[in-house]
Amino acid sequence: MGKKILEINNLTFNYDNVNVLENINLSLNEKDFLAIIGPNGGGKSTLLKLILGILQTKNGKITINGQNPTQQLSRIGYVPQNTNINTSFPIKVIEVVLMGHISDKKPFFGYSKAEKACALGALSQVGMEDFANAKIGTLSGGQRQRVMIARALCNHPALLLLDEPTASIDVDGQKQIYELLKELNKHMTIIVVSHDISVTLNYANKVAYINKFLTLHNNISRFSTTPQNGHFCEVELMQMFRNKNV
Amino acid sequence: MFEIFTVDFMQNALIAGIIVSLISGIIGSLIVVNRMVFLAGGIAHTSYGGIGFAIFFGLPIFLGASLFAVAASALMAFLTIKYKERVDTFIGLIWATGMAIGVILIDLTPGYNVDLMSYLFGSILAVETADIYTMLGVLSIILIFVIFGYRNILAVSYDSEYAHIRGINVGLFYTLILVISSIGIVMTMKVVGLILVISMLTIPVFIAEKISSSLIGMMIYSGLISAFFTIIGLMVSYNYNLTTGATIILVSVIGMILFLTIQKLFDLKNRIL
Repeated sequence: MGKKILEINNLTFNYDNVNVLENINLSLNEKDFLAIIGPNGGGKSTLLKLILGILQTKNGKITINGQNPTQQLSRIGYVPQNTNINTSFPIKVIEVVLMGHISDKKPFFGYSKAEKACALGALSQVGMEDFANAKIGTLSGGQRQRVMIARALCNHPALLLLDEPTASIDVDGQKQIYELLKELNKHMTIIVVSHDISVTLNYANKVAYINKFLTLHNNISRFSTTPQNGHFCEVELMQMFRNKNV
Repeated sequence: MFEIFTVDFMQNALIAGIIVSLISGIIGSLIVVNRMVFLAGGIAHTSYGGIGFAIFFGLPIFLGASLFAVAASALMAFLTIKYKERVDTFIGLIWATGMAIGVILIDLTPGYNVDLMSYLFGSILAVETADIYTMLGVLSIILIFVIFGYRNILAVSYDSEYAHIRGINVGLFYTLILVISSIGIVMTMKVVGLILVISMLTIPVFIAEKISSSLIGMMIYSGLISAFFTIIGLMVSYNYNLTTGATIILVSVIGMILFLTIQKLFDLKNRIL
């Protein structure tokens, strides 16, 4: 097993005195691929926001490389949900990717040559370098998702978080995204929130089911060996998890 | 046809019109991409309170209106960040309060017979040389802000959540965008008045959005399109003796309709051929 990258201990989080997450424990090593599943309102997005430092922990502790998440922002890449909003915004693909650079080493104005080269590199990693000067609104959903991944790759993260990355993409596009993530997984730890169980199971090595509490399953390959018709229903899978040890 | 610009006050109007067009092109773009059009309307109307304030205390009108606009925009930015879901109510409230203060203060000014129309619909023909210097100063401030803050402005406008994760002070930049815009709005009001300021801020931007692929491009195109409409509007209003602000707006609307029609025809042609 590789080095420990993410460690969550006894995390409890509440909005207005209602616990959304309770007693969460999770630890991820380098090059793990974690899929997070669970019902809507079960706390998946809240957990992502806590890891990203958008929300502050009150009880419990999250460390990334042994430090507070806000001190490790440059080591985290994030691909938000809903990349289809704001598509009429006049912005080029390359400018979206350049946004990924952390802001404390920026030049006086504009973008430095190194930053541009780095952004183009990230675009070629996701196979979108030919679209660098296209307007973001002219791309398809799958292409736009790749651009958002490139933006997250811009600062060479050790941990990549994706929230529903394939929610609004056709089947071919979904497969391409996951193949891309598989490639990236050789260099970094990946956490994906997804309803897309059949795909997730083929790529993830850990699955966490979150519904206020977290149930972790390591080595899930035994599940994916017998998918019915090549597809798993999320409900079936959640039931399997629940029956096991919740 | 252009000989009207040999008249002194028309020269001033032309220069002021072009400067204000550039201002409104830049801040109009910021306002539209940040979906702050209603906020901008609120600021414009609130600044009427500043006009009343200036008249009552004998201050320069520009100064009074700008002070009120800056205060209103800072307050609105604070409320927008703090109480996102109730923001439309607050804007309506500030909007009406500002106007009411303006009307009452003008009532209370002894012997002042104010020409309300010139504030509601603009008074570009009454622009003096000193006003032009003020406008140039405001344009410089806006240019400095946009050039040096461009990447942060872009990040906050396009995806504020992501900008936050990248360590940008989103609240600060959001407030700055609004405050800088508010000064620009006051300048634009001089040309088309507070009733019509919204259309000057949005129509050229709407056209520019279709032909530009970056925010900076949108700003430049909007400024040029706006200047074009302003010049045509000035000439039409002079020749037919019409209210200048309203004429500029109607010229813009006709220009927009023409643009959209031509665009549709091109689309159709491309689909058939």
